[in-house]
Amino acid sequence: MTDNRMVEAGPKRPAQSNPWLIGLLAIGGFLGLFLAAKAKDGVMEFHGYLFMAAAIAGIFASVSKAFDGPKAAPVERGPGVTYNDGVIRAGVIASMLWAVVGLLAGDFIAWQLVFPELNLDLPWTTFGRLRPLHTSAVIFAFGGNVLLCTSFHVVQRTCKARLAGGPAGWFVFWGYNLFIVIAATGYVLGVTQSKEYAEPEWYADLWLTVVWVVYLLVFLGTLRKRTEPHIYVANWFYLAFIVTVAMLHIVNNLALPISLFGSKSVQAFSGVQDALTQWWYGHNAVGFFLTAGFLAIMYYYVPKRAGRPVYSYRLSIVHFWSLIFLYIWAGPHHLHWTALPDWAQTLGMVFSVMLWMPSWGGMINGLMTLSGAWDKLRTDPVIRMFVLAIAFYGMSTFEGPVMSIKAVNSLSHYTDWTVGHVHSGALGWVGMISFAALYYLTPVMWERTRLYSLKLVNWHFWIATIGILLYITAMWVSGIMEGLMWRAYDAQGFLEYSFIETVEVKQPFNIIRAVGGLLYLLGAVVMAYNLWRTVRGDVAKEAEPALRPSVVTDAAPAE
Amino acid sequence: MGLKHEVFEKNSLILTVGILVTVAIGGLVEISPLFYLESTVEKVQGVRPYSPLELKGRDIYIREGCYNCHSQMVRPLRDEVERYGHYSLAAESMYDHPFQWGSKRTGPDLARVGGRYSNEWHVAHLADPRSVVPESIMPGYPHLLEYRLKFDNIQDAMATHAAVGVPYSEAMIENARSDLIAQSNPAHDGAFDLEERYPKAVVADFDGNPETVTEMDALVAYLQMLGTLVDFSVYDAAENLR
Repeated sequence: MTDNRMVEAGPKRPAQSNPWLIGLLAIGGFLGLFLAAKAKDGVMEFHGYLFMAAAIAGIFASVSKAFDGPKAAPVERGPGVTYNDGVIRAGVIASMLWAVVGLLAGDFIAWQLVFPELNLDLPWTTFGRLRPLHTSAVIFAFGGNVLLCTSFHVVQRTCKARLAGGPAGWFVFWGYNLFIVIAATGYVLGVTQSKEYAEPEWYADLWLTVVWVVYLLVFLGTLRKRTEPHIYVANWFYLAFIVTVAMLHIVNNLALPISLFGSKSVQAFSGVQDALTQWWYGHNAVGFFLTAGFLAIMYYYVPKRAGRPVYSYRLSIVHFWSLIFLYIWAGPHHLHWTALPDWAQTLGMVFSVMLWMPSWGGMINGLMTLSGAWDKLRTDPVIRMFVLAIAFYGMSTFEGPVMSIKAVNSLSHYTDWTVGHVHSGALGWVGMISFAALYYLTPVMWERTRLYSLKLVNWHFWIATIGILLYITAMWVSGIMEGLMWRAYDAQGFLEYSFIETVEVKQPFNIIRAVGGLLYLLGAVVMAYNLWRTVRGDVAKEAEPALRPSVVTDAAPAE
Repeated sequence: MGLKHEVFEKNSLILTVGILVTVAIGGLVEISPLFYLESTVEKVQGVRPYSPLELKGRDIYIREGCYNCHSQMVRPLRDEVERYGHYSLAAESMYDHPFQWGSKRTGPDLARVGGRYSNEWHVAHLADPRSVVPESIMPGYPHLLEYRLKFDNIQDAMATHAAVGVPYSEAMIENARSDLIAQSNPAHDGAFDLEERYPKAVVADFDGNPETVTEMDALVAYLQMLGTLVDFSVYDAAENLR
């Protein structure tokens, strides 16, 4: 092992504690205590104390920063700009941590479907309570932290400006992660709104709204401080993600709490209106959280890693506006053949099919960015991961429109096919592009010359890829099989199978799926180890010639 | 291009407004008509708000995340109508805040499970699913038999539902506690009033334990009314085509 650190002490400057910040935190602490004291149920009491503890920790952190005396300020890069990189480093660590937690939860509930005894018949450990824990942990905790830290990285670098709002960036990071902890502990203790991907109750939703508005202000503030004339394309996508998620979150969570000191609320809308509002939200959580946000990652990190400019500027513009316009309409395809009026179903189907075009426009723009750098596919496993992610993006954005056709949907809906589709997008696209971005970001943020081991990246790539393939092929087979069995008739014209028979035959495919998930989790653990060693400054002794990448350190932003 | 894209690229506020306008259109066109087009919810007879015990049972259904594996939406497809019963109507969930249509059938649809099985079957099945369906992969909920139902906030809960549009009358809210107890105890005096206020409500000592109202009582009362309210003998499908 050789040492790989290249940190130099920056100019010293005295840190100061901000009285406004401490005042706000103190108000937050008292609010938490007040809620806990007046709480009408145990969960509200617990969350009140949790909120108070977080506020106290925040006060300690900001005071100790001031009393610690002068600290090393960030190293200056570029003309007179010092970046706020601390919050990005925290985001990288949180992302990796939540990835392992979320994947572990997912694989555990996959095994519950094989061995129901794993539900333990305890209130806190059943599939019904742990499934939201899994989805929230991977989407909002892992995906959300990746989006937070990469957006803070990209917006500072492409604007050549320090993150706006001083400690506000840190507030967004800790506030968001506090929301995750409140939501996750709530599910396990039985607090949920039962709206998929919007399960947190009213008070958690209010807190997220506060955090999100600050996030928007920090992001916009940084854009306005920029010293570059143009706003880079990745930032359009981040901005669309932030603005749209705010709109979706607020409308879909309109609810009236039964008591201001109780965790339970009543949704404002009911039945068919609530259903379409929910799936307008749900589909665009995919469209703007899991697509637009991660396309922003593609538009910055792929050109950086490949050392090539984005393939087509014109295509970026067309891609951006058509994608965000069309996505919003696609929600009704989650409600085909239901009691939703037919006109809305048809509208949703038509727009879902049209959505195929901008999706593939984006895929082409990402893949073709590698023109002139395709050789790196052989030498750089991180580039290979980016390409795999974009390929899976292309695949699932083709499968999606197919499944949104009503005739296909009558077979696929309610089955494992949908689960497989979601995971080809989530594991293949969102997961892999996040991993690749974190592999790029870690050496840059900790100022290491390279990753600890590229060989381990290669291992991660193959373990994860095999895991995804096992997962989605098992779900295709079991989903189409159960769909066909539900509608099978015998020669006398009776339904051929009872429901429980269709449960029984899925057993082997449930096992294959759980093994696939386990492999994917294993890949993430390998990655966590690799990143940890990178942060420590270690470099593995590897047979380098074949796998040695061209080191991309500080190339000019690809604009 | 008439409109120079530079306008968006050089001004973050114009870009923000442009994004907001672009993403608002789809939702406005698709969702808002559902609130004023009268044909959205069919005209039916028999749908009523949940009785207090059913409402508490529904809260438990939500708390345990049953919606993760069970849909409550029978589609108008031949096999589904034969397997589960009449396809679901929007009217049947018009008092559901939030809706429970679900998106996955790891277990069967429950939209019309009411009256299909006995109370005893439901209790045995919820406490230990494999005791009645050996191949089942459902979690067991034996603790529902142990937990006393907490209903000190039932009146607030019903008042909140009334505030968002569920037609709970003052008498319904006022008598919520006695209605709740009456539904879980056939010997209770209030059973007649309950039936008056909530037609077709199933009155029974669901869990076989007359001493206490348990969470099991509430959940089974909810399951036993699912899909039983609409009077399909007077429902005119042609009149409600949408």
